[in-house]
Amino acid sequence: MHNKTLAQISQDLQAGEYSSVEVTQHFLDRIKNLDGQYNSFITVTDELALTQAKAADELRAAGNANEWTGVPMAHKDIFCTDGVRTSCGSKMLDKFIAPYDSTVADNFNKVGAVSLGKTNMDEFAMGSSSESSFYGAVKNPWSEEHVPGGSSGGSAAAVAARLAPGITATDTGGSIRQPASFCGVTGIKPTYGRVSRFGMISYASSLDQGGPIARTAEDAAMMLNVMAGFDKKDSTSIERDVPDYRADLNKSMKGMTIGLPKEYFSKDLDPVMAQTIQDAIKEYEKMGATLKEISLPNTNLCVPAYYVIAPSECSANLSRMDGVRFGHRCEDPKDIEDLFKRSRSEGFGDEVQRRIMLGSYALSAGFYDAYYKKAQQVRRLIKNDFVAAFNDVDVIMSPVAPSPAFKFGEKSKDPVSMYLEDIYTLSTNLAGLPGMSIPAGMINDLPVGLQLIGNYFDESRLLNCAHQFQNATDWHTKTPTGLK
Amino acid sequence: MEWEVVIGLEIHAQLATKSKIFSGSSTEYGADANTQANIYDLGLPGVLPVFNEEALRMAVKFGLAIDAEIGMKSVFDRKNYFYPDSPKGYQITQLHEPIVGMGHIDIDLGEGKSRRINVTRAHLEEDAGKSVHEGFDGQSGIDLNRCGTPLIEIVSEPELRSSKEASAYFRKMQSIVMYLGICDGDLSQGSMRCDCNVSLRPKGQEEFGTRTEIKNVNSFKNVERAIEVEIERQMDILEDGGSIKQETRLFDADKNETRSMRSKEVENDYRYFPDPDLLPVIIDEEYVEAIRATLPELPEQKKARFEAEHGLSAYNASVLAANREMADYFEAAAGISGDYKMTANWVMGDLSAALNKNEISINEIPVSAEQLGAILKNVKGNDISNDGAKEVFNAIWQGKGSDVDQLIDQLGLKQVSDTSAIEAVVAQVLADNPKLVEGYLNTPEDKRAKAIGPFIGATRKAAKGVNPQVVMEVLKQKLNELG
Repeated sequence: MHNKTLAQISQDLQAGEYSSVEVTQHFLDRIKNLDGQYNSFITVTDELALTQAKAADELRAAGNANEWTGVPMAHKDIFCTDGVRTSCGSKMLDKFIAPYDSTVADNFNKVGAVSLGKTNMDEFAMGSSSESSFYGAVKNPWSEEHVPGGSSGGSAAAVAARLAPGITATDTGGSIRQPASFCGVTGIKPTYGRVSRFGMISYASSLDQGGPIARTAEDAAMMLNVMAGFDKKDSTSIERDVPDYRADLNKSMKGMTIGLPKEYFSKDLDPVMAQTIQDAIKEYEKMGATLKEISLPNTNLCVPAYYVIAPSECSANLSRMDGVRFGHRCEDPKDIEDLFKRSRSEGFGDEVQRRIMLGSYALSAGFYDAYYKKAQQVRRLIKNDFVAAFNDVDVIMSPVAPSPAFKFGEKSKDPVSMYLEDIYTLSTNLAGLPGMSIPAGMINDLPVGLQLIGNYFDESRLLNCAHQFQNATDWHTKTPTGLK
Repeated sequence: MEWEVVIGLEIHAQLATKSKIFSGSSTEYGADANTQANIYDLGLPGVLPVFNEEALRMAVKFGLAIDAEIGMKSVFDRKNYFYPDSPKGYQITQLHEPIVGMGHIDIDLGEGKSRRINVTRAHLEEDAGKSVHEGFDGQSGIDLNRCGTPLIEIVSEPELRSSKEASAYFRKMQSIVMYLGICDGDLSQGSMRCDCNVSLRPKGQEEFGTRTEIKNVNSFKNVERAIEVEIERQMDILEDGGSIKQETRLFDADKNETRSMRSKEVENDYRYFPDPDLLPVIIDEEYVEAIRATLPELPEQKKARFEAEHGLSAYNASVLAANREMADYFEAAAGISGDYKMTANWVMGDLSAALNKNEISINEIPVSAEQLGAILKNVKGNDISNDGAKEVFNAIWQGKGSDVDQLIDQLGLKQVSDTSAIEAVVAQVLADNPKLVEGYLNTPEDKRAKAIGPFIGATRKAAKGVNPQVVMEVLKQKLNELG
């Protein structure tokens, strides 16, 4: 049952093959029996899930079901869920029970989906390995020595381990695509403003975007149909019709032009990775697409611009975690200054503190123009590169990350090498474009993703490309060795 | 040395929107602590601000009223600082691109004199909550009801030159925001608050001296007092050859002194940057013009009209125009009485005195404009005396009646102005007082005006309600006939 995709489970439920309670219990049992190994969930909401499943079955019995009624899924623990702990992977919010639903969680509730729980992540979504969680590191189901990627490592690992068929995630600099690549699953980061950020705990407001991680493009499309849409509670969400993301899945690849940025395929790229990606792209040629070399001349500026903008925004976004109204509060503060300082020093982990300090520095009087303002100007240049590129091509393809999953501890002690993990993914966040990762090969028995970058609001085309690739290949069906 | 005083004011005015600037909570004053704070006001994780357009309309209205440049693109910034009543750890404000740019107002300096003061800018921002330090057993409580109430911060150019000018400026701003209906102007509830920047420089010097900022002064009188004591303090230091430290000070009204609050050196670096949760606010000419069409007649325009149309003095016109309700009351009453000058004197004199004595505002006055108009119409028609008018006014105030004509009858205030009737009474008075008549006739011409007094008294005693002017005329005539 757990090897089925979201779409198959949806069909089975509609056909009465099994009940929502049965499939929900099955996944809950798997989490209980197997997640000790992966640590992909922070909170499992057994009771709530079964209550929702039961209600879904009743709805179906009454003839009021839709395709989502009773379908199990889960949320990254960055989305606020009413009455359920929402920790963001941090000691700071270990005891925080959100009193409201994020728009994304609310959307899934409204269509009748069943939430199994909340998945593990890098603390406040800051990281590329899911090692920085207060709840311990997440293991990659393909190899326990390797990280699952981050920050949505819990979502990616849980989908790879068949603990849930689809899970929500967020992507600020690659946090959906890189873990999807490392865990051999499918993830899409939509255009900035496509999915409401209301109730999604902010890391870097101008870069954060929610999206799904699932096993197939079709499942991702099904989830995005629920997630996407204008929300008046998020001023940066965009008022624009949401297409049915499954409608274009079967369009032909004939006549499509794929752009290959020469900066992404430079001599710095590991030759094995380069070959793996080239082989994957050949599949598209076989399907009738043409390739075209393009240039994104400001690519080298992405990492520095990102590591000014994201920490700057996070330094203010995380200020509300002050120990006054919610979250961790230090013992016996001697005055308000002490309360602020100790609550925050105790509640935040190293990487979070590092980024808050970086951002505070970049925004300081006298440095603002040299750092934040300059980074915003660079951001404009990066965006212009893409706008020009999309005049000539329909979709851009590249590696997701420089390598397959790395080992625990390999980069966590060297922040700069960790930051370079995001070198191919950051640009789409800076430009606000949609990006996707699909399983496209294996290196040393570890999965490798192919990144697809689309024009603004062209999620349908990305999903179409991904689906056609998945029709032609079987990388997305590969199961981690030894998985039960 | 002769010093020149340089003052600039920053006035915070709470906008009278129903809900807060970035959340749907009510802005009403006086509710139980934290009952008007929702998940946004509490700064819970994941919650996002949504801009209340009503605050934008009010700010634009203000900008138009002070003839300012309107920011067609304005941007919200985050001002970062930790304070327990600032739940997000930053305040959303507008630093580089405010909604209102350079404008100006004319302040009234008494006796019809006025002076133009430039206003640097006015920007939108959110108010903070309140810390409550009593009743929590050594700890502090936080009340977030006020948190997120929309404010405009109005910044003047450093063009004010005395404490009197500063309070006149503050008064004029209050008058304008109340006219516009964008702020209730209530200083006692903190709806308007004022920070005063004060510095001194040797007369003739162009460069400004070091300034201090006196925070949160909450009445016109305290603005004057705070500035005066601060000027004195600075002057003492400078005269002694010392230098002023740039710092924030607090005014202690009880001790009549300013006190250092914190010095600028240790002050926060606010690390301003554009709020990525909010989009820039873009408006167009059409939007601005639609708001311009809703502007009421403003104090300056009203004052000019009172002078031109009603013949009021510049002073009377400016006093009456300063308060919209007062001006409306005046115009309604004068329209009925038919005498604008007399009505103006009455409103500024007896009526204002009665309001002050009873400590109530014009909105709460028990005598309606229609009633005052009817009373004064009687005065103008010589049907009652000015004293009689006061009696009727007081009677209505005290709830003894509401119909003016009826009260005049009841109180026997109707004046007899019929000359023939008065002549009869006067004849009788003269016949009854031969000695007085004799004394009068022996008085030299130039002193007779004073000697006529006793006859007036006697006549009015004999016949209540006679018009004293007519009595005077008749008496003079009759006595002159005698000698």
